[in-house]
Amino acid sequence: MSQRLVNWFKYSSPATFYGLAGKLVPWFAASSVVLFAIGLYIGFFMAPTDFQQGEAYRIIFIHVPAAWMSMFLYLLMAGYAALGLIFNTRLSGMMAQAIAPTGALFTFIALWSGALWGRPTWGTYWVWDARLTSELILLFLYVGFIALQASIEDPRRADKAGAVLAIVGAINVPIIYFSVQWWNTLHQGASVSLTRAPSMASVMLAGMLIMVFACWFYSIAVVLVRVRAIMLERERSSAWVAEQLADAHA
Amino acid sequence: MNWGSLEAFVAMGGYGPYVWGTYIVTILLLAAEVLWLRGRRRTIVRRLGLMRDISRRRAHETQA
Repeated sequence: MSQRLVNWFKYSSPATFYGLAGKLVPWFAASSVVLFAIGLYIGFFMAPTDFQQGEAYRIIFIHVPAAWMSMFLYLLMAGYAALGLIFNTRLSGMMAQAIAPTGALFTFIALWSGALWGRPTWGTYWVWDARLTSELILLFLYVGFIALQASIEDPRRADKAGAVLAIVGAINVPIIYFSVQWWNTLHQGASVSLTRAPSMASVMLAGMLIMVFACWFYSIAVVLVRVRAIMLERERSSAWVAEQLADAHA
Repeated sequence: MNWGSLEAFVAMGGYGPYVWGTYIVTILLLAAEVLWLRGRRRTIVRRLGLMRDISRRRAHETQA
């Protein structure tokens, strides 16, 4: 038990995590590029034309992965923020800060692709229905988190304030997810669910899931690069940063 | 294979602007994030290198 505790805290120290993250980045980045290539090939060349929506449905290979990532990343960010509040570890706050911009990016892509998909299928770029509105609130939560942290000089206090915002805002994620069941929305229900067979062709589903994994690996690679930059920025006067730089320049 | 020609591929059955508007903006945003991060890392590494050089020089001067 004590052995495990020691290992956990070893990897929650920025000095150790910095090196580990640096080794992992190329693998996640390369996997992401390969998966994007396979996913796009399936999406454009193997998946058949949809009998109802024609070629417009091909937006799904961006839209659904981006929308899922926007919610996954928010929960991950709130989880790290909570860990930081409970255990007061330095790394947790840095991870939450590193996840936020990528989460905001995927939220924007989900909204953008949704608007461009809504126009040909619903006849409008935007409606104020529950799914679209709650996803827009998610974008504001990400932007609010980033702005709040940027406005507080002391990073440890910024982490605490941001953590409270992130945790309270997490209530929005189940609201987004269940909005299509709770309210009568223009947005369709879930295409993929654990309890019943997916309502789409298996080639389409395969392409979409590969794109989801590509987005996951992309996010992990980008977040690790960003958290390494944040570590250097925040801990620039510590001994381990000087050692890292000495190694890099040697 | 879904597409007989490049024109058919670009046209996307009449939905070209919507489909390509999604894919091109997504690719540009992801590429921008990667480039922006690369710049952020370079800036901090360079700044830390400068700080280290300055502190070394100071240490040198006080020794001399």
